[in-house]
Amino acid sequence: MSQILVLIEHANGAVKKVSLELLTLAARHGSASAVVIGPGADNAVADLTRFGAATIYVASDAALISSVVGPKVSVLNKLLGEHSPAAVLIASTAEGKEIAGRLAVRSSSGVITDAVDIEDGLVAVQSVFGGSTIVRSAVTTGTPIITVRPNSTTPVESSGAGEVVTVSVELAANDTSAVIAEHVVEAKGGRPDLAEAATVVSGGRGVGSAEGFELVEKLADCLDAAVGASRAATDSGFYPHQYQVGQTGKTVSPQLYIALGISGAIQHRAGMQTSKTIVAVNKDAEAPIFELADFGVVGDLFNVAPQLTQEITSRKG
Amino acid sequence: MPLNIVVCVKQVPDSWAEKKLNPDDRTLDRASADPVLNELDEYGIEEALRLQEAHGGTVTILCMGPEKAGETIRKALSMGADQAVHVVDDALHGSDAVATSAALAAALKRVEFDLVILGSESTDARMSVVPAMLAERLSLPQMTFAKKVDADPDARTLTIHRQTDDGYDVVTSSLPAVVSVVEKINEPRYPSFKGIMAAKKKPVETLSLADLSLDPQTVGLAGAWSTVNAFEQRPPRQAGTVVTDDGDGGTKIADFLVTQKFL
Ligand SMILES: Cc1cc2nc3c(=O)[nH]c(=O)nc-3n(C[C@H](O)[C@H](O)[C@H](O)COP(=O)(O)OP(=O)(O)OC[C@H]3O[C@@H](n4cnc5c(N)ncnc54)[C@H](O)[C@@H]3O)c2cc1C
Ligand SMILES: Nc1ncnc2c1ncn2[C@@H]1O[C@H](COP(=O)(O)O)[C@@H](O)[C@H]1O
Repeated sequence: MSQILVLIEHANGAVKKVSLELLTLAARHGSASAVVIGPGADNAVADLTRFGAATIYVASDAALISSVVGPKVSVLNKLLGEHSPAAVLIASTAEGKEIAGRLAVRSSSGVITDAVDIEDGLVAVQSVFGGSTIVRSAVTTGTPIITVRPNSTTPVESSGAGEVVTVSVELAANDTSAVIAEHVVEAKGGRPDLAEAATVVSGGRGVGSAEGFELVEKLADCLDAAVGASRAATDSGFYPHQYQVGQTGKTVSPQLYIALGISGAIQHRAGMQTSKTIVAVNKDAEAPIFELADFGVVGDLFNVAPQLTQEITSRKG
Repeated sequence: MPLNIVVCVKQVPDSWAEKKLNPDDRTLDRASADPVLNELDEYGIEEALRLQEAHGGTVTILCMGPEKAGETIRKALSMGADQAVHVVDDALHGSDAVATSAALAAALKRVEFDLVILGSESTDARMSVVPAMLAERLSLPQMTFAKKVDADPDARTLTIHRQTDDGYDVVTSSLPAVVSVVEKINEPRYPSFKGIMAAKKKPVETLSLADLSLDPQTVGLAGAWSTVNAFEQRPPRQAGTVVTDDGDGGTKIADFLVTQKFL
């Protein structure tokens, strides 16, 4: 069975859920090979094996993650040359797409981004135009390089051989020309990753202020949810920019999306329309978000949201 | 030292319109929505103009697109850019990102520049790959997803704040470099009346594939390395229940979450 390479996203060996989803997809269409780049790879081996990795390529040199994208492209390109895999799967994150794009150019391969599923024959299913259209496409030249959105598949445990193969690579000069001098963490800790969360609670302009977002966070915390925001909310400085959901922010596809004080402009919908269940609170009965909502409440979020938080807390007992 | 900057801009369907695919060749139906300057590229133009104000030099617009994209180029010039290059050729219709980056790279090889600035994403294709592909093709530092850009043309260095999931990375490189910007970086200016009038007289060079020595077979639909096999409209979401809050709105949502087994 031909190999399908999966680039693993991890922080010092802690594997992100999306990578387990990609391994599951890879195992469905071939022999799943994990590629782990950067320090901490040893910590990842057990998880990757448990989720079906037959082979685990490890390139653990810290230098591989101290420049923007280039070194990762070199590792993948080397593996492409040596093993001629049937496809390469990469998480559809901002950096994942960049890696895919450069790898496509370097290996003369076609690239498809933002797949939500992969069907027989390595046909990628994409949900485009904010989820209104479903497209099936395939790569016709080179090795198919496909980025897949988080939350597209449920990770399935199936134990793989987990054979570890060490990879070393010589970097091209341009691989290290953009040097990462410092990581600055601004995130609010303790909540699930926005793109991967099963539940997302988002606030919009209607939340009114940065202080108002405490009410959004409280609701999120009792649901173990991530917090999101509309562009109006991030532009107004109510919440940091990296939590923006929508066309120019994150695309999320959680089981449950709760929108508080968000009108539902087309560019916001583009980032959350494929959520399984949508709940909206808005004081304007005409707000377009209600066209999408499975359950909507016309009312003041400052009354409804705290009551909901309290109800959930007491029902959980 | 002055900084010479090229800003890549794309003409896209207005993001306020519902977009569709053409049934015959499965490309984006550009006629069904007003074509506009890709909103994120305005941030690239603004950043270039601010760097020019600080350091001097020229700002050149580079756009690959059909005849009609001339309007988008004028808009970019009316914001204050000096001149433009328009890559236009019928064979480019249906180009994928790989081909687009090849055409843009070929055009960039004809000009001297210190920085190429792009938007971080086009609102139609939403691939967010062209800037990285250009860095690869031109063998230049990839300084992408910048929410802050500091150039030092005398020292020939560049520092950006690259937006990440949990904050940002401080990234440094030499010049020349490829930069993409996120919308947080600045507030794009509106073209002034004077700017709009001046734009009419600014030079726009048009380049065909022949001018770029590119084989038409390698671009457009003919040269695409991926193909759309089929597409369908997703069935619209079923209308849900909407209730008015009578003091029990929160409780009603909780009841709904119980029926859906979220609680
Ligand atoms: C190219 C482009 C890209 C864009 N990308 C994005 C993107 O990625 N993400 C994004 O979100 N937007 C994006 N936008 C912006 C988008 O068009 C909207 O402007 C934005 O989504 C509006 O945010 P909002 O719903 O929070 O604000 P508004 O539209 O102002 O809506 C606020 C809502 O809150 C309600 N409200 C007010 N007070 C209360 C209260 N006390 N209780 C209950 N309800 C209340 C109001 O009735 C209103 O419906 C983009 C726009 C463009 C042009
Ligand atoms: N046809 C084009 N002409 C000029 N610039 C483009 C073109 N396509 C993409 N770009 C640039 O590349 C950026 C990212 O586009 P994309 O990778 O398609 O999401 C855009 O914001 C533009 O700056």
